[in-house]
Amino acid sequence: MKKLSFLSAAIILLVSIFAVATYFYNKQKANDANANAQKNDSILERSHSPTIGDKNAKVTIVEFFDPACETCKAFSPFLKQAMAAHPGKIRLVMRYLPLHQGSDEVVKILQAAHQQNKFWEVLDDAYVSQSSWAIHHVAQPQLFWKMLADTQLDIEKTKLDARSTAIAQQIQQDISDARQLNVTKTPGFFVNGKPLINFGYQPLKELIETEIRNKY
Amino acid sequence: MSDSENRQLLTPTDTEWLLIFTCWLIAAAGTLGSLFFSEVMGLKPCVLCWYQRIFMYPLVVIFLVGLFPLDRSVFRYALPIAIIGWCFAVYHYLVYSGYIPENLQPCSEDVSCAEINLEMLGFITIPMMSILSYTAIILLLFISRRRTYL
Repeated sequence: MKKLSFLSAAIILLVSIFAVATYFYNKQKANDANANAQKNDSILERSHSPTIGDKNAKVTIVEFFDPACETCKAFSPFLKQAMAAHPGKIRLVMRYLPLHQGSDEVVKILQAAHQQNKFWEVLDDAYVSQSSWAIHHVAQPQLFWKMLADTQLDIEKTKLDARSTAIAQQIQQDISDARQLNVTKTPGFFVNGKPLINFGYQPLKELIETEIRNKY
Repeated sequence: MSDSENRQLLTPTDTEWLLIFTCWLIAAAGTLGSLFFSEVMGLKPCVLCWYQRIFMYPLVVIFLVGLFPLDRSVFRYALPIAIIGWCFAVYHYLVYSGYIPENLQPCSEDVSCAEINLEMLGFITIPMMSILSYTAIILLLFISRRRTYL
């Protein structure tokens, strides 16, 4: 009996079953994700969402983010580069999805900063100093406030706004939209309503470039 | 000592090899299957699942080593691991089907062991597949042992 060929055949069989099942499962999941995003296209953006880029840009990136999320921070320069590479063609919309403990307070502060038109500055500062206020994946709002002391934000007004029910409702809206759009991790990206299925810089870059090619 | 040396002198039969090979096949399929659930489907393994994985994964290596060349002492090394894994599987099954209440514990984001998150054909669950795999491995090991002595 050729035992080694027996074993090789079994290994090849097992691995190919695994590969084929993975292929079909992922394909099915991608189809479902696309269909779900298409169905919920209308809730991808809300009027309260911070937005940057040309209003008439034909490519809209929606990012569900958590300021305490390290990967969101890592993607921030990537998105800036993409927008700089295609000036006027990309619009970026930020949606809140506070998944880290303590982040719910921090996103309220960000939204309060948005009301003073300081969202992007504060977000940049938040990312730069992330390790000083988000410790072991727990966001510490009191440390975040300390960091804000160096910014041009009207702290008293921000404190008041961050406690308002209007902002609480906006955050809640983002969270429930994320749930309906099946975003369970941050960052969660949509480009012109198409969800980013395989996560990574390269797939996102390809998705953005495909949309730019299609629209321009 | 002399006993085990005598045993080594017995010609290994193909049937015995095939029995251990089947054990390896079950362990390998269980390993890949559990990885499919967690890595491809994204189902988070609960604590009891992890303990069953801990005792299933090494069996793939142990059986493989015992097959080339056929080493009958693979029975001694594989059986305790398989029995411990089997106990976890049975315990998990009882928790899963509600015979044993999951200890009262504070709510956390961890995955509950009692929650059913996959059912195939309406009745095949992950703990059930685990029990079946461990049981089959243990039975095949005993059958191969009997053949050695008869």
